[in-house]
Amino acid sequence: MTTTTTTQETELEREAPRAEELAALLLSAERPARPSALTTSLTFGWRAMLKIKHVPEQMFDVTAFPIMMVLMYTYLFGGAIAGSVSAYVQFLLPGILTMSVVMITMYTGVAVNTDIVKGVFDRFRSLPIWRPSPMVGYLLGDVVRYLIASAVMLGVGLLIGYRPAGGVAGVLLGVALLMVFAFSFSWIWTMFGLLLRTEKSVMGVSMMVIFPLTFLSNVFVDPRTMPGWLQAFVNNSPVTHVAAAVRELMAGGWPAADIAWSLGWSALLVAVFGPVTMRLYNRR
Amino acid sequence: MSTNLAIETTALVKVFGDNRAVDGVDLRVPAGTVYGLLGPNGAGKTTTVRMLATLLRPDGGEARVFGHDVLREADAVRSRVSLTGQYASVDEDLTGTENLVLLARLLGHSKPSARDRAAQLLEAFGLSRSAGKQVKAYSGGMRRRIDIAASILNTPDLLFLDEPTTGLDPRSRNQVWDIVRAVVAQGTTVLLTTQYLDEADHLASRIAVIDHGRVIAEGTKGELKASVGSGTVHLRLRDPARRQEAERVLAAALGAEVLLDADPVALTARVDGGDRGASEQAARALAELARSGITVDNFALGQPSLDEVFLALTDRKGGAA
Repeated sequence: MTTTTTTQETELEREAPRAEELAALLLSAERPARPSALTTSLTFGWRAMLKIKHVPEQMFDVTAFPIMMVLMYTYLFGGAIAGSVSAYVQFLLPGILTMSVVMITMYTGVAVNTDIVKGVFDRFRSLPIWRPSPMVGYLLGDVVRYLIASAVMLGVGLLIGYRPAGGVAGVLLGVALLMVFAFSFSWIWTMFGLLLRTEKSVMGVSMMVIFPLTFLSNVFVDPRTMPGWLQAFVNNSPVTHVAAAVRELMAGGWPAADIAWSLGWSALLVAVFGPVTMRLYNRR
Repeated sequence: MSTNLAIETTALVKVFGDNRAVDGVDLRVPAGTVYGLLGPNGAGKTTTVRMLATLLRPDGGEARVFGHDVLREADAVRSRVSLTGQYASVDEDLTGTENLVLLARLLGHSKPSARDRAAQLLEAFGLSRSAGKQVKAYSGGMRRRIDIAASILNTPDLLFLDEPTTGLDPRSRNQVWDIVRAVVAQGTTVLLTTQYLDEADHLASRIAVIDHGRVIAEGTKGELKASVGSGTVHLRLRDPARRQEAERVLAAALGAEVLLDADPVALTARVDGGDRGASEQAARALAELARSGITVDNFALGQPSLDEVFLALTDRKGGAA
């Protein structure tokens, strides 16, 4: 009995804060120089990596989901659209890769929103750092997720007969272009994450944006098979340009116009939604 | 220039819809002290703190922290303050160590220095054994401590503590108080919001009482207590049946309202010292009770508690409105 009490007391003792040690720490601390924008952004990116480590469930959307997309659409439409699965996968894979990555970007908004609801956002906002760095950090972390999704999808594609004529270089260029676009596109979600009140509404709005944008594109079929009014939309959709550029790059071509359009859209998205995001971030 | 002021606000206003959450708050917080913002839930304490920490934009008035305007010089303010919010402002998914290393890096520490600082603080806060656990597994008291540790990674000049002990058990509350005392002893100014009067009484040297977005009283603890009368007598009678009679006798002798406590033999009355002092007044009241044949078992004369001050102040305000 007595022994238990004593052990318990020493444990509590050990866990109690120590004022003298604390005092010494407070005194000895000299303030380091203000960190650079790059350091703080990368540090927030590191936080995103730690989140993946601690909450591995969130990896479903970059592993199981892309595999499902590839298999589902290849075998569903393959026979009907291109006559055979192996023929269709050559056309479909770069497109479905683009579509899936663009779809996965919407989780950025949910992540931003979840942080706001918890108190940690207040701390970040009260730090003397380059203001956009928490946002850039989210997006850098997400780029890693997009890369994982891309690797998974390309792996599955190769298994079921996808043979990119552009080789390793073409594939890497395609993925690189897709990453630039996904990073830029995600600023839409950081905006919604800050704008909307709940995680559910962020999800809802994201779905409404993402479905028409990704399906009304050249991912599944050649736009020339569509009615004129739809062609007008599809041919000018950023997703169409990105999908076309990725498809051509991976096939060994150099689609200068589509690359330019993709990068142009990326620049425009950052230029519009970046400042809106930061305004909302500062205004809250 | 009032450079010895940590915080100076003039007619600070924040409106949410048609709710004037902060409605013209004037504060002057001297540097190097613990300043208490005392008030009930929804009084405007947190909103005031959030404006001072550059998290909310004021809708009117001015606020300066160490002479820097919170709107125009927000970055200068941010480099000198730290905030511990009402809810743990750390990432619950990360471990204690990861949280502190993350914030130390954001404050400009190199990787090795961030790791050292995190380990030292975890040790000093008695958290080293839970350093590798996710914060979501921490108890309420441990969360509070990691939160405060995160706020003093770089010793701030001004630390906002927003209801630091709400929901804590007495042991954890005392630990937080010890930490606050250690921090302020090193020269940091602390702005403490609390709804607990004894907390303000223990820690703060000056107190502003806030209600409905306005400061309704301000001063040192002594001044606040004196403002509602110089003392209070607490009496315990032997016979509960004589309490009503005793109430009449006391009211006549002291010329003040007598409160009947929940305890059936206890009475409390405010003593306004006047020229002759509280003790003489109280002695006279005791003599009157003796003459009426009422036996008093227990008698105490003391300063009113901050609870009494607070209730008196908010009552007065409520009556006027």
